[in-house]
Amino acid sequence: MDLKLDHYTEGDTEIVVVEGEIDVYTAPRLRELLIDLVNKGNFHLVVNMEKVEFLDSTGLGVLVGGLKRVRAHDGTLDLVCTQERILKIFRITGLTKVFGIHSSVQEAIDKRSAK
Amino acid sequence: MATITLTISALPAHVRTARLMAATVARRAGIAASAIDEIRLAVGEACSRAVAAHKLHCPTQPILLQLIDGKESEASESRTDAASRLLPVNGNTAQRFEVVVSDRAPAKDTEERAGTSMLDGLFLDGDDTPPGGISGFSPGLGLAVITGLADEVEIDPSDRGTVVRMSWPLAAEHPSDPRSN
Repeated sequence: MDLKLDHYTEGDTEIVVVEGEIDVYTAPRLRELLIDLVNKGNFHLVVNMEKVEFLDSTGLGVLVGGLKRVRAHDGTLDLVCTQERILKIFRITGLTKVFGIHSSVQEAIDKRSAK
Repeated sequence: MATITLTISALPAHVRTARLMAATVARRAGIAASAIDEIRLAVGEACSRAVAAHKLHCPTQPILLQLIDGKESEASESRTDAASRLLPVNGNTAQRFEVVVSDRAPAKDTEERAGTSMLDGLFLDGDDTPPGGISGFSPGLGLAVITGLADEVEIDPSDRGTVVRMSWPLAAEHPSDPRSN
């Protein structure tokens, strides 16, 4: 399926809900959304990837790009993902050390608040 | 040996088609279900890389994808020297599923730092994206992912294009679970 994007605010965090396939064709849309959110002053982002069916290096590049942008404002970008097939690509590329990867949106928010 | 050949225009939208085709053919060939995701991802990376290279150098040229189910093959007649280096030591060439992605973009300008382990600089973003490049995409990372996923990989860059050959063992006696379709 194609990529579906949604987002909502929870406290000072903006939750981005991604559904479908993030690849070379669809990733630019996610990139635009992340840039737009940061430009509007959302510096704490949680990307919920529980409904992502496919992720490739293009998608990883977009997520790292988003991370760079929020960090420039002392912000955070955390991920919610429990799917083994998606986690695998983060592991192969060593990006599990770069992103906070959580099992739920609430956990992502709580862990950041606790810092 | 059964071969399926797919030619796609160098457009990002067609990468998904190539991925789906590769996964379907691999499943039919009897590849273990756990390896299907790897094949899907590796083929997507190889095609994304080729599309990016064509966009820079030859956007009107097509990209060639070959899916080779080596189940019934004897030692292959058409293999190049480069390919034969891939073969397992025991010479059991017949039991592999091979995917070959061939582009026509001259490799010397686009050759990526394959196997680069440092992630710094691998990700392109906004201002760093080269003219005509696909934002957020880094070919070096794509090749690193392919290398991590495929059981055997051979990347052969030349002036006439780059050929990426990837292969996985066929579990011939264990056909894939039909439910996974």
